[in-house]
Amino acid sequence: MLAARQRLTKTLPTIILRGSISFKFKVFVMELTGAEIAIRCLQEEGVEYIFGYPGGAVLHIYDALFQQDKVKHILVRHEQAAIHAADGYARSSEKVGVALVTSGPGITNAVTGIATAYMDSIPLVVISGQVPSYAIGEDAFQEVDAVGITRPCVKHNFLIKDVKDIAPTIKKAFYLAKSGRPGPVLVDIPKDISNHKAEFIYPSSVNIRSYNPAGKGDSAQIKRAVQILLEAKRPMIYSGGGVVLSGASAQLIELVRLLGFPCTTTLMGLGAYPASDKQFVGMPGMHGTYEACMAMQHCDVLLAVGARFDDRVIGNVEHFAQVPRKIIHIDIDPSSIAKRVKVDVPVVGDLKLVLDQMLNALRSSKQKSDASDLTAWWKQVDEWRVKGGGLRYKNSTEIIKPQFVIEKLYEVTGGDAFVTSDVGQHQMWAAQYYKFNKPRRWINSGGLGTMGFGLPAAMGVQLINPGATVACVTGEGSIQMNIQELSTCKQFHLPIKVVSLNNRYLGMVRQWQEFFHGNRYSGSYMDALPDFVKLAEAYGHVGMRIDKPSDVEPALKEAFARKKDLVFMDFQTDPTENVFPMVPGGKGLSEVILSEDL
Amino acid sequence: MRHIISLLMENEAGALSRVAGLFSARGYNIESLAVAPTEDPTLSRMTIVTNGSDAVIEQINKQLNKLIDVAAVMDLSEGEHLERELMLIKVRSEGAARAELKRITDIFHGRVIDESDRTCTIELTDTCAKLDSFLQAVGRDLILETVRTGASGIGRGERILKL
Repeated sequence: MLAARQRLTKTLPTIILRGSISFKFKVFVMELTGAEIAIRCLQEEGVEYIFGYPGGAVLHIYDALFQQDKVKHILVRHEQAAIHAADGYARSSEKVGVALVTSGPGITNAVTGIATAYMDSIPLVVISGQVPSYAIGEDAFQEVDAVGITRPCVKHNFLIKDVKDIAPTIKKAFYLAKSGRPGPVLVDIPKDISNHKAEFIYPSSVNIRSYNPAGKGDSAQIKRAVQILLEAKRPMIYSGGGVVLSGASAQLIELVRLLGFPCTTTLMGLGAYPASDKQFVGMPGMHGTYEACMAMQHCDVLLAVGARFDDRVIGNVEHFAQVPRKIIHIDIDPSSIAKRVKVDVPVVGDLKLVLDQMLNALRSSKQKSDASDLTAWWKQVDEWRVKGGGLRYKNSTEIIKPQFVIEKLYEVTGGDAFVTSDVGQHQMWAAQYYKFNKPRRWINSGGLGTMGFGLPAAMGVQLINPGATVACVTGEGSIQMNIQELSTCKQFHLPIKVVSLNNRYLGMVRQWQEFFHGNRYSGSYMDALPDFVKLAEAYGHVGMRIDKPSDVEPALKEAFARKKDLVFMDFQTDPTENVFPMVPGGKGLSEVILSEDL
Repeated sequence: MRHIISLLMENEAGALSRVAGLFSARGYNIESLAVAPTEDPTLSRMTIVTNGSDAVIEQINKQLNKLIDVAAVMDLSEGEHLERELMLIKVRSEGAARAELKRITDIFHGRVIDESDRTCTIELTDTCAKLDSFLQAVGRDLILETVRTGASGIGRGERILKL
């Protein structure tokens, strides 16, 4: 179709041949509008889906989208959802997620989504329309400084000023988004630029002189690290979201097994190491297992792999520093190293390559860990396992316990679903009770903690994984932050299973108010909730309300058997249930509270 | 501790605000910031004077390096370096006091670049500390205006920041 738009554009100079016979050579050059160029760029990048919402400033781009069929447009119902959907698409697939929004409110609505992706280092390319370049700065209709407003929450952003820059900029945007430490990149295109014409040339490679992402790690540092690991008496491996992003799960598993050390994965790393493995001690941190918290605190050597010592993971940083331990930190981003804790051996590099280097160094080393030290350490870790009593809750035959729903969800889906979540208690229970054995199966907003993430993220996950089982674990608070996307799910036939743990409270807020604010439940009660069954039906889906514990499993089975339907399961759960274990904010890891402590 | 950091960045719209935004977003101090294009017009050279603990300075260097538009960063304070700042200062100066002002200006190797009946404007280029001393020597009561560029820094000898 675009070929039909070839235009006569260049006329070569008249060539005078001997005998004074002159010819004019005419050359056809493909000249496209900026909008067509942008879409061609997406095609070149192999983009299958673009999530977006139209508006005045992107009309030319939408017109170009309409006239091709390689890049499929998914019309969301709110721009925040477009970004989350592109995000879920990226998290579950190793691809770059792409979204398209208009100027002004389009991009401001997208900011929450962009910040969510930024905090979790998710590769996205967001294209936003801008008012015409001649109107910029005049407070034009739907004008906002998109580049300025997103600057603190993107890896990089661009404002295009010339149609010739569109193709090289989009090329750069994809390269920046997925290389190094990934992240969202915004390309802001003024309306007039998207209608100007230029020749389409997609660059085959990118070179940004001021940007050189790390590759392999320094071999001397790796040698030092291996030496320290082999001499450790109480070693611990602490892995994070970086392992998932780098695709280094296989290397991590091999390393952990070769060394025989205990391994924990953060909320962002769940699945990078199989949760059912005996060397896995669970997630550390605020709602981590007792054994993971204690082992992190009391180890003498800590190998941090693609994790960033987040406040929700190590708790009070001074308390953490009280115990002397050697820290080896591998990360692709030097600024993540020694940001919150002192590091003894920093290794900057791509985890996949660094772990391969480390495995080679380990295999060629004649030294071995002291078996008796390791045995004694495992004995200690196992004692903590017993003392912590594992993840547990008191089940009931009267009222549905939220943890029970997640356990049954795990069973019914055979532990093989893609699980997205929103933010709050349900997120923690899903992280604790759904045993993720594969990377990229657990999709949640860890860094920013964005309520409303789960459902739109699930849309992206379902699109890139057609036929896969996708569950969105949510609560009645979070789901209402982007519930309009049920309409998108209907339009695009996305058979997501919404597992809503409805406790009629903003549960995590309520829990903190119970513990730290004298049971004053300020603003945390969700009064006047809708009838979610009717709501789901109104959107054209199947709604189920589950009140009794005995109905949990049959309901899940029935819902997941409906392969073609979106089923909204409204589980009426115990409103007083709290998430344990818990390291209260500002406390140290070993000050973890178990359920019976209260 | 006071640090003087030099960097080379793409001479592009928005690059300055990326650096300024980084400092405000992460709560780092900026004492002064001076920036202008280099002999290569596609590159700008920036000198930032900041202060903070060793850990904060390490983070500042790393965070600056992380900015896509920043091509090279050097903490000049880590080695031998030179720094200079330009100051223009307008002083109330009448009668006999003028001679005294000129004497102080000479001592500080400054230059009088403008005079009127009641004012005298002096140009002075030196280290930030020297400029502070000059201000003290002149006395705050007489100073009408002070314009300072912020420090510019460069490594000594073979210490070179270049792409």
